[in-house]
Amino acid sequence: MDIFIQQILNGLVLGSIYALIALGYTMVYGIMGLINFAHGEVVMFGAMVTISVVSALTNAGVNLPGPALVLIGMLVAIPACMLLGFVIERVAYRPLRGAQRLAPLITAIGLSIVLQQVAILIWGRNYIPFPQVLNHDTIDIFGATITKLQVVIVVMCLVIMAGLLVMVEKTKLGRAMRATSQNPTVAGLMGVNVNTIISATFVLGSALGAVAGVMVATNYDQAHYYMGFMIGLKAFTAAVLGGIGNLGGAVAGGILLGIIESLGAGYIGQLTGGFLGSNYQDIFAFMVLILVLIFRPSGLLGEKVADRA
Amino acid sequence: MTKAQDSKKVGVFIASAIALCVLPFIVGGSLGNSWVRIVDFALLYVMLALGLNIVVGFAGLLDLGFIAFYAVGAYTYALLSSPHFGLHLPFYITIPLGALFAAFFGILLGTPVLRLKGDYLAIVTLGFGEIIRIFMNNLNAPVNITNGPQGINLIDPIHVAGVDLGTPISLFGLNLPPVYLYYYLFLVLTVIVVIMAWRLQHSRIGRAWVALREDQIAASAMGINIRNIKLLAFALGALSGGVAGGLFSAFQGFVSPESFSLLESIMILAMIVLGGMGNIAGVILGAVVLTIAPEILRDVIGPLQMKTMGRMLIDPENARMLLFGLAMVAMMLVRPEGMLPSKRRKAEFRDAKAAAAQKG
Amino acid sequence: MAEVLLKIEGIHKRFGGLHALNDVGLTINKGEIYGLIGPNGAGKTTLFNVLTGLYVPDEGSFTFDGKNLFQAKPHIVVESGIARTFQNIRLFAEMTALENVMVGRHIRSKAGALGAVLRDRRTREEERAIEAKAWELLEYVGITDVAEERARNLSYGHQRRLEIARALATEPKLLALDEPAAGMNPRETEELKELMSKIAKGGVTVLLIEHDVKLMMGLCDRIAVLDYGKKIAEGVPEEVRRNPKVIEAYLGAAHA
Repeated sequence: MDIFIQQILNGLVLGSIYALIALGYTMVYGIMGLINFAHGEVVMFGAMVTISVVSALTNAGVNLPGPALVLIGMLVAIPACMLLGFVIERVAYRPLRGAQRLAPLITAIGLSIVLQQVAILIWGRNYIPFPQVLNHDTIDIFGATITKLQVVIVVMCLVIMAGLLVMVEKTKLGRAMRATSQNPTVAGLMGVNVNTIISATFVLGSALGAVAGVMVATNYDQAHYYMGFMIGLKAFTAAVLGGIGNLGGAVAGGILLGIIESLGAGYIGQLTGGFLGSNYQDIFAFMVLILVLIFRPSGLLGEKVADRA
Repeated sequence: MTKAQDSKKVGVFIASAIALCVLPFIVGGSLGNSWVRIVDFALLYVMLALGLNIVVGFAGLLDLGFIAFYAVGAYTYALLSSPHFGLHLPFYITIPLGALFAAFFGILLGTPVLRLKGDYLAIVTLGFGEIIRIFMNNLNAPVNITNGPQGINLIDPIHVAGVDLGTPISLFGLNLPPVYLYYYLFLVLTVIVVIMAWRLQHSRIGRAWVALREDQIAASAMGINIRNIKLLAFALGALSGGVAGGLFSAFQGFVSPESFSLLESIMILAMIVLGGMGNIAGVILGAVVLTIAPEILRDVIGPLQMKTMGRMLIDPENARMLLFGLAMVAMMLVRPEGMLPSKRRKAEFRDAKAAAAQKG
Repeated sequence: MAEVLLKIEGIHKRFGGLHALNDVGLTINKGEIYGLIGPNGAGKTTLFNVLTGLYVPDEGSFTFDGKNLFQAKPHIVVESGIARTFQNIRLFAEMTALENVMVGRHIRSKAGALGAVLRDRRTREEERAIEAKAWELLEYVGITDVAEERARNLSYGHQRRLEIARALATEPKLLALDEPAAGMNPRETEELKELMSKIAKGGVTVLLIEHDVKLMMGLCDRIAVLDYGKKIAEGVPEEVRRNPKVIEAYLGAAHA
């Protein structure tokens, strides 16, 4: 039973990070109908920039409490990633809007590779440890343990996501985004500047990605130039699971996927009679993705998109 | 066609046949045997790219997990012809077996994804490729099947008619090292694959694929069985991937999961896209260029930096990948139809662009 | 009594809350030109899609030429002898006219991947036969002069004809045409009418959806009228023209 609760808690932490990243995928998909393959790299840059800033500050002898240092790092990483998101859209997607579907996919993959290589140039090929500025005190809940940091991560994710949902529902920008996702042509005729909205979507999604990157790096105490690939893929799965294009779905899908994954990793040994171990954790996301697309391509909360004739 | 044109064609054909036959001697003589090895790899990649081209170029199904079939072929050969299980079956059993196995996996992957299109298909196939790799990496315990990340060593070379391609032989006073011997084997097989791909393209099946790619609903209204024609594309693509995998295993003498990463799938897709999707000549060109160019860069980037700047700013591997990524982006922006596009595909790309321009 | 070719009974098709086809039944006899009319959104194209296997009906029965085709896959429907064209022309745009018709021969030819690779004699002969038949059909609809053009570059009238040739290539017993005269000028419409008569005389039964009621009255042997997913009338043109329900449906629709 302890394992069960422990895995649920782990899943919740993992899942809320997936959810934050999944929002980036689902927003772009909702508006442009394409998968922003390079989104995982934005997450990676968020993590890397924060680590650099925090390291620089501690090396410079700035004497601030750990959370403040991380916050400063994050406040640098967010605009940096927003700029990155803006550039990605301008370079890789805008010139190809309306072109064959394959073209933006290829540019996105190309751009992913470029961004990874740039990260290698700046930060090298090795794992970069997160500076030891945060404490990792734990709390006991029903015999399971969770760090205070993880509690902060989950709470922050929930707050940010709630804020985003309110923004999309209530503000003028949100309305314009929803209009554009329904029908860009009509939205354009109604006076919505579609280009601005698309840029705003990328920028906003990248800001969320930056925060998620910081969370991944603090939670695992490290970052790596290749970290964006796997986590991006899983967050994409979460978006599909929830129903791509649907913001609430991305949140639900993210948390659900996180829980499925950690329960799966916790119990796979028992399930397969010891044949497969927890090193198979990564296959769960793919299995979920494949199963969802086969049996319910619209996702849990989404409209039908995969099967449009 | 006039007689003059005919004889000109025959002339070109004979000239290129001779050129291909003496190529290893020229390359080996001027650049060394390591470059003959690279040429061998180029031929392997031509086979792989032509296989993927059936799926992506002909049938229009975007597959980002193609390397999995290469892996299945390679591991089948490795497990059945190495000391790992103490089995040493001959290549004429292991390679066809690997190909069939790969085709089986192709159908296994194809069946659940029949309804998916475009990016969705790309992501699911990518996931499938990763699953295969995760299994290769971890199936060393509790029963050691794949030997995990260490991979499988000491794989038997191919023996053709009593000749061991893994040891040098002397023929008419010429010393032929293994890279030369494999070159000829790969060349023969590549030619067969090219002929097969060309014949498929210009057949009832090939037309059905194009119909599927252009308009699935109209294709089904013509009586084309969408499920079967898609599965056929997956199976045939996987089949050629499996053959190339078996050859790779024998040639390399060693396989490990590292050789079958997502990047390899992307690389093969890039060969098709940069070369000219759907066009066999374009795909061959793409495969050759993308195999050779990085090797040239490897030799050039380091010395060039030393010469111009006096020190290494970017390590060659890094620069190579950076250029590769940039080339993919630039190519899509400037010439999305590839270096040597098929006429039809070119028109499709142009029309999509024109339509977009009109809309926007 | 005429011989029955196609018979559907009690066909229902729902899309979520929309009852697109409500208990529709009709019978088409061999050799006739059968028309389907009705106001916009009456369910004509839905019925067409059900008859050609693109939509799976929820309930009902569907027999064609003695075969049960209820919920059959499109390729089975085509194989049984029903071919169609589309309201908004769906040619293989980047293929030539000739290639388009050759695709139409798919279901009546056999060569598989192995045959394609080996190019044995049977495959080569079949391929030659496919091409010959395709030329013959282009000739039949009168567009051999554009055989090597890409379908997308053809004029509108030629595209319509090509789509008919492609459908005929499947050797249908029933040819279903979805608004073939839409967007045509009077001269083109007249030529199309001749073509349809020629096809019917050649022994192919024709099912026709059309907006142009006048054209239908002059061309069809029998007509069915759909309104709000229900069949409200069926019979020879003269009867249908006088049917008060039909008049109401059309005037009502015109007034709305």
